[in-house]
Amino acid sequence: MDMVNVTINGREYSVPANSTVLEAARYANIDIPTLCYLKDINEIGACRLCLVEVEGARGLVTACVYPVNEGMKIRTNTPAITETRKMNLQLLLSNHDKKCLSCVRSTTCELQKLCNEYGVDENYFGGAKTESTIDDSSVAIIRDNSKCVLCRRCVAACNKNQGVGVIGANDRGFDTHIGSAYEIKLADTTCINCGQCIVACPVGALYERDDTDKVFAAIADPTKHVAICTAPSVRATLGECFGYEPGTDVEGKMVSALKALGFDGVYDMNVSADLTIMEEATEFLDRVKNGGKLPMITSCSPGWIKFCEHYFPEMTENLSTCKSPQQMFGALYKTYYCEKNGLDPKDVVFVSAIPCTAKKFEVQRDGQSAAGVPDVDVAITTREVARMIEKAGIDFRALPDSVYDQPFGFGSGAGAIFGATGGVMEAALRTAAEVITGEKLEKVDFDDVRGTDAIKRATYTLGDTTIRVAVTSGTANAKELLRRVQSGEEQVDFIEVMACPGGCVNGGGQPYQPAVVRNNVDLKSKRAAVLYHADKELLDIRKSHENSAVKALYDEYFGEPGSHKAHEVLHTHYVKRGM
Amino acid sequence: MKKKLTTVMFRGTRDQEEQLRAVIEEYRGVPGAMMPILQKAQEIYGYLPVEVLRIVAEGTDTPLEEVYGVASFYSQFSLNPKGSVAIAVCLGTACYVKGSGDILDRISEKIGIGPGATSPDGKYSLEATRCIGACGLAPVLTVNDTVYGRLTKDDVDGILEQYQ
Repeated sequence: MDMVNVTINGREYSVPANSTVLEAARYANIDIPTLCYLKDINEIGACRLCLVEVEGARGLVTACVYPVNEGMKIRTNTPAITETRKMNLQLLLSNHDKKCLSCVRSTTCELQKLCNEYGVDENYFGGAKTESTIDDSSVAIIRDNSKCVLCRRCVAACNKNQGVGVIGANDRGFDTHIGSAYEIKLADTTCINCGQCIVACPVGALYERDDTDKVFAAIADPTKHVAICTAPSVRATLGECFGYEPGTDVEGKMVSALKALGFDGVYDMNVSADLTIMEEATEFLDRVKNGGKLPMITSCSPGWIKFCEHYFPEMTENLSTCKSPQQMFGALYKTYYCEKNGLDPKDVVFVSAIPCTAKKFEVQRDGQSAAGVPDVDVAITTREVARMIEKAGIDFRALPDSVYDQPFGFGSGAGAIFGATGGVMEAALRTAAEVITGEKLEKVDFDDVRGTDAIKRATYTLGDTTIRVAVTSGTANAKELLRRVQSGEEQVDFIEVMACPGGCVNGGGQPYQPAVVRNNVDLKSKRAAVLYHADKELLDIRKSHENSAVKALYDEYFGEPGSHKAHEVLHTHYVKRGM
Repeated sequence: MKKKLTTVMFRGTRDQEEQLRAVIEEYRGVPGAMMPILQKAQEIYGYLPVEVLRIVAEGTDTPLEEVYGVASFYSQFSLNPKGSVAIAVCLGTACYVKGSGDILDRISEKIGIGPGATSPDGKYSLEATRCIGACGLAPVLTVNDTVYGRLTKDDVDGILEQYQ
């Protein structure tokens, strides 16, 4: 790598020649403040907080887009710089609804943190504010422009990572605001509810619809039986809300906390992930054998499903008809479990704890009510789970570990890795391989489909069947892949798509992390490592079809994978939405 | 100024759509073509309603919002069609000090729309313009191509009556 020598605050450093001043400062262990900068997707120098002095440059320069060169002399914290940054913060505040006490981002707000550090006067500038609106049309995502700082991080996430682009900057000057074309409500656009805008937002301008009150009310209602299941990736991230390092597994404490909250049953969604694999692998092999629609595409990610319905309506028949693990769990609970335990599904409130805002949309879709009532009543994100624990006064860090309730308490390693990109594919391959060959699979790790590359491809020969697979995450990548499939450039039999880049571990409902962490820490891999560790080291079984809870379900209730009963309860249908 | 969204029903023709699609084809692969495409779209339709921008978005493989971001940014693009009675009130300095603000308010009240809008039936459109260079006649307004000068707000009703 070519290096150059620069001086930062009087000391010399050797930094890569293609660095920006912002990146170079990291070598001096200095975080230059930013509000708009997101590595690779939003490098626009808009927020004017990363201003620094470069000797010879005219005025202050924006560190996030200013390239270094040999001999450059940089100062990052002179009184003139801090005074200017403070003034710029005060200008941002002049157009900001400063109701910080009740703001959803209080204490995690990047603007609040900087204002505190710079000692701003929040009322330094009075005067007019840009007319603002709250768009609460969506069941998943709420946009409040009164908090917006126009950093465009949400716009970049929506457009560049997700290939959706339903929000952007409208009008100009003082009237500039983030919105949809012709001010169409979010619910009426092609928004896929993935929530990547929320985790990109530095302030409280975007947040999930908070459904925690519904859960508290259900728990308090003595006539209701309230159960919860937790998605594979929530245990890998929830700790971040309580001060743990990214990549800390808090399954035991999480289960304890949920029991302390008063749920009648606390279950592991890894079990229904295993169930999904039984159905999905069977469906795939059936399509291969009987000339069904190929490539088959996974259907676990509701953001991806809505994306496909809008952008590739001609390919909805390629989607697996399997419900997502969340919906399978709810369906299973309200049919099998209720029948077995003499419960009326109407008296059951089934809650899912998920890393995902799109699941809030999924719970109210058609074809998701196996027992005549919605399979899942409320879907709450990792952040909402944390909020409930905090509100209930539970000291999370002091909790002992507990185990999930039976009969849905043990998932396989295959179920665990559902939360990372490539995990569903790998889980399906483990089962498909044994079904095809009839022999025990010795090497269960399918390394080619792991990792965070945009599009991963592999070809496997299982017995006398050759299967070409592709795995992608981030719907912009999915768009690219599907276009290649449609044009015939790429031939595949089985595709896994997760809407969020890196999969559920990086979902739109996951804990907030400031841009400085997002830009410098590989969150996706750190969080995914928890799941792969559980698969390899912690769990006794690593294949879905070896899960005894799942076997019992087929013996007692469904008969066999893909049976008529299984279709009634565990499968669904899609709509062609178009643009 | 924040652009007003139209309430006028879209009356685009097959012929207009073909012309627009031909324009999009002409610019296929040309970088930075959004401005000329939108300019020509406005020449074809007279304004840029959602129906038109949807064609542009689909034809250029660009998110609708991104196209709208451009259309709503530049003052040369109009989101509203010109009415058959197109009224423009000059708010240049000379006219303004002579009371054109009151005239604008009076018209607005009479026809029920604010500046930058077009009435839902497409009959009236109202614009507040910068100096039109007729300061000697201040305050002035124009209706279609006719200029009315040295007005007071009491003249408004009489002028509008001519266009009933």
